[in-house]
Amino acid sequence: MKNQPKARLATAWLDGCSGCHMSLLDVDELLLTLADRVTIVFGPLVDAQHFPENVDVAIVEGAVSSQDDLRLAQTIRENSKFVIALGDCAVTSNVPSMRNSIAPTRLLERIYISGATAQPGVPTQNVPALLRAAIPLHEAIKVDLHVPGCPPSAAAIAHVLTELLEGRKPDVASAAKFG
Amino acid sequence: MPNRISIRIDGELVQAERGQTIFEAAQSNNKFIPGLCQFKGLSTVGACRLCVVEVQGVNRLLPSCTTPAQDGMAVITKSARLNDYRRQSLELLFAEKNHVCAVCVSNNHCELQAYAQRLGVTNVRYAYRYPKLHVDMSHPRFVIDHNRCVLCTRCVRVCNEVEGAYVWGVAGRGIGSRIACEMDRAWGNSASCTNCGKCVQVCPTGALAEKGFAAEEMVKRQDLVERLATIRGTMNPGGPR
Repeated sequence: MKNQPKARLATAWLDGCSGCHMSLLDVDELLLTLADRVTIVFGPLVDAQHFPENVDVAIVEGAVSSQDDLRLAQTIRENSKFVIALGDCAVTSNVPSMRNSIAPTRLLERIYISGATAQPGVPTQNVPALLRAAIPLHEAIKVDLHVPGCPPSAAAIAHVLTELLEGRKPDVASAAKFG
Repeated sequence: MPNRISIRIDGELVQAERGQTIFEAAQSNNKFIPGLCQFKGLSTVGACRLCVVEVQGVNRLLPSCTTPAQDGMAVITKSARLNDYRRQSLELLFAEKNHVCAVCVSNNHCELQAYAQRLGVTNVRYAYRYPKLHVDMSHPRFVIDHNRCVLCTRCVRVCNEVEGAYVWGVAGRGIGSRIACEMDRAWGNSASCTNCGKCVQVCPTGALAEKGFAAEEMVKRQDLVERLATIRGTMNPGGPR
């Protein structure tokens, strides 16, 4: 086991609340197994600034909501063998999609100008432009596995990771719940 | 003419009553067929297409809730093909309106969500439409949220057939269809609503809910309406089943 090359795992946090990453950390003792068999090469849990090449499994949380999200999603797809949409925001676009019936300019003006109590003005520095709509990950890139849930339970995530490490396709429908 | 007929459901020979639909015949023989628009004691409309079955000798799929069982009929209720079509129907319902389960009053108590889980839906393959839809809070006790509506018309039928108040109808056409109160007025201004809440209790999703509930809190009491609807059905021969 120790001599096996470690799998390269990346995680990404797009338009979501980070609850799915919390649930990932909540897999308890499976973290010890993961530490032996997996190297985390990108994501909010590590320091890497750029998405690396040759990633075995990429776990993506959140909807694709901004230009940055879209670019990162495309990079993830180009550099990863297997992409997992983790949680309802990545699977259905969930809460981030609640803005979709309002045009981004009107939405931003409502919040940052007519809704502002001080310094009204839509921020443009150091923030990416919003896409017209927050979309589920599979509408932006090809997704290999959907793990729904808000957040998916730690047990569901543990099942998915264990099965993938064993080289099997996880039975998500019975481990996770839709919606 | 004998009142009992014999049909084959999934290869098993079972007895049914003449006049029963395939759905009812299956139910009375403990055979499960999914169904969102069907509600015991109300008339049937065949709106949701979840209850489709294969009937031997018929090329297309038939909705079991509106198809009468006939003597000698052979019906398949479970197959990969049926599962595929049922999943498609469910996914189209999810894509059509804004079903944001995580913040819905009916999360974890929702028939749409339960069927999605039961039929193995893990994502929706169709592009979401994200329509802009109204939430009517004008009624003192209840809310109608068109974002969660699947247009099963259970509310329309229970109000017409059991309560007799005729408050609900369907306005618009095709993708623009929506449930409307009387001649499309705010629910709170309704002249005929008796505030009985039957529409709320039969609604399979969070589209109709009582006020004062947060996400996941709205649990419906369908058994009460089901019993009442069945009694009314029996009392009015020729009326809704």
